[in-house]
Amino acid sequence: MGNYIKLAVLGVIMLFAAVAANWGRDAAYIVHAIIILLVAGFMFLRVLRQTDEPIRAQADGYMDDVVRAGVIATGFWGVVGFLVGVIIAFQLAFPALNFEFLQPFGNFGRLRPLHTSAVIFAFGGNALIMSSFYIVQRTSGARLWGGNLAWFVFWGYNLFIVLAATGYLLGATQSKEYAEPEWYIDIWLTIVWVAFLVVFLGTIFRRREKHIYVANWFLLSFIVTVAMLHIINNLSIPVSIWGSKSVQVFSGVQDAMTQWWYGHNAVGFFLTAGFLGMMYYFVPKQAGRPIYSYKLSIIHFWALIFLYIWAGPHHLHYTALPDWASTLGMVFSIVLWMPSWGGMINGLMTLQGAWDKLRTDPILRMMVISLAFYGMSTFEGPMMSIRAVNSLSHYTDWTIGHVHSGALGWNGMITFSALYFLTPRLWGRAQMHSMSAISWHFWLATIGIILYAASMWVTGIMEGLMWREVDANGFLVNSFADTVSAKFPMYVVRALGGVMYLSGAVIMVWNMWMTIRAGESQTAPVGVAAE
Amino acid sequence: MDTYSLMREIADSWVLLAMALFFLGVIGWAFRPGSRKTHADTANIPFRNEDKPACTKNCPDCACAKLKEQQL
Repeated sequence: MGNYIKLAVLGVIMLFAAVAANWGRDAAYIVHAIIILLVAGFMFLRVLRQTDEPIRAQADGYMDDVVRAGVIATGFWGVVGFLVGVIIAFQLAFPALNFEFLQPFGNFGRLRPLHTSAVIFAFGGNALIMSSFYIVQRTSGARLWGGNLAWFVFWGYNLFIVLAATGYLLGATQSKEYAEPEWYIDIWLTIVWVAFLVVFLGTIFRRREKHIYVANWFLLSFIVTVAMLHIINNLSIPVSIWGSKSVQVFSGVQDAMTQWWYGHNAVGFFLTAGFLGMMYYFVPKQAGRPIYSYKLSIIHFWALIFLYIWAGPHHLHYTALPDWASTLGMVFSIVLWMPSWGGMINGLMTLQGAWDKLRTDPILRMMVISLAFYGMSTFEGPMMSIRAVNSLSHYTDWTIGHVHSGALGWNGMITFSALYFLTPRLWGRAQMHSMSAISWHFWLATIGIILYAASMWVTGIMEGLMWREVDANGFLVNSFADTVSAKFPMYVVRALGGVMYLSGAVIMVWNMWMTIRAGESQTAPVGVAAE
Repeated sequence: MDTYSLMREIADSWVLLAMALFFLGVIGWAFRPGSRKTHADTANIPFRNEDKPACTKNCPDCACAKLKEQQL
């Protein structure tokens, strides 16, 4: 019976998508209608072939197929996102790379949101979804709830990414940073995200452990808060149901505040709380010891939740936003330093008594460097949120450097180590194909981040000082173009750092490929598995 | 008084107090007597059920259930 309803729904979707492809007002909308038509058609045939067939008995072990798919998707999107990042870094250094024949699709303006969404939502999002599914099963001692709903979450989320990415290239954007996808893509993501929440909560409800492990608290807060942020920041009214353009409900400073309430909590709950959930599971597992202080992890969780949500206004210093609001944002950002470092210390001290493993275990080394970058960028962030510092740093490349030391260092490194942790386990191998390749990845990525962050500090502070430099008569000394040409060497260094980071990721994907395909693992000269 | 001002006054007085008390309550709860044992047990959750779900005592041979009983 369920299949008949599915067939009817898919049929309606196909019909609607076909009409939309015909009547669509803009290129992005038409392409999306065709993509949806093809996906719905494929699903229709798939459901049709299974209808009235005997139902196979459900397996009773852990549901790891979807986690395996997530591991592969994470590796794939990581390389794509880093590659686009390297391309736009070179475009900034050498504007001639905005090739005439690629206009308007290959323009920096369209590739930039492609890069940010690919790394945050495609790479980071797939990493979060697959590790939530892995962690919640292990720490609940229960199979994922909802059967194939987990597969719906995986494929639905990746469809969202494809729609968002093609939309940016074709010019469909609502111009909100990290929330660029247009209205129908937002609605689709909401549906997928609710399904994600249902699978996660369902699994927690059927857990065989009395207590909910702290990683699940972080992951649950990430899922719930992102749902809330996404819905409120994307309140918009489509101009036409046959077109991608929509108009925001909020306007002016209210819209700006909503956007940065969203934007900063996307950092706080997507890139921090979610990845901390990964940290609280994978670091103890890889170190072979329980978390340093479970009490500290509880306080870390509640302090983070209570403080982060207020920090958004620090993106709007010296704007139309009232002073009290930006002061509030600044104060909470500074207070936030403490729980952040509490979490870092908790992760690092888990290695107490096992520091020697750092010499032999490149995966653990990667986790430690990621925590170190977490600590560094959660110190830098509060400092930059202070109004006086912000007056120098805002709108300069310092901000970009700060974001990347957090994203490449903390999110990237913890994800790489999670992939190295999961790949052998999920495919039943003793360890990764090559341990020395992990060390290569580690050094390439670390040096790449250092080049990136250092060049952005130099260029950011230089730029900020040049902008505010006045002569004896109070006239500005530098034109904007002067600062742009002064930044050239640092832009080249930044792009080279990106190349190093990308090549590390390519080595990782090769290593994952060999681990999955090769079957037997080679005994490595460097290191032994941690356990 | 307009809605905005009313909401703001409630937010920065009673709601602020309630949230601060809740937060202090959470910290107090974490340090309650007897929490050490619970926390030690909870912190070890990642080291159980690595390969397959916990025993529900419904399996046909139920070897894991017997093992569990012996441990208790």
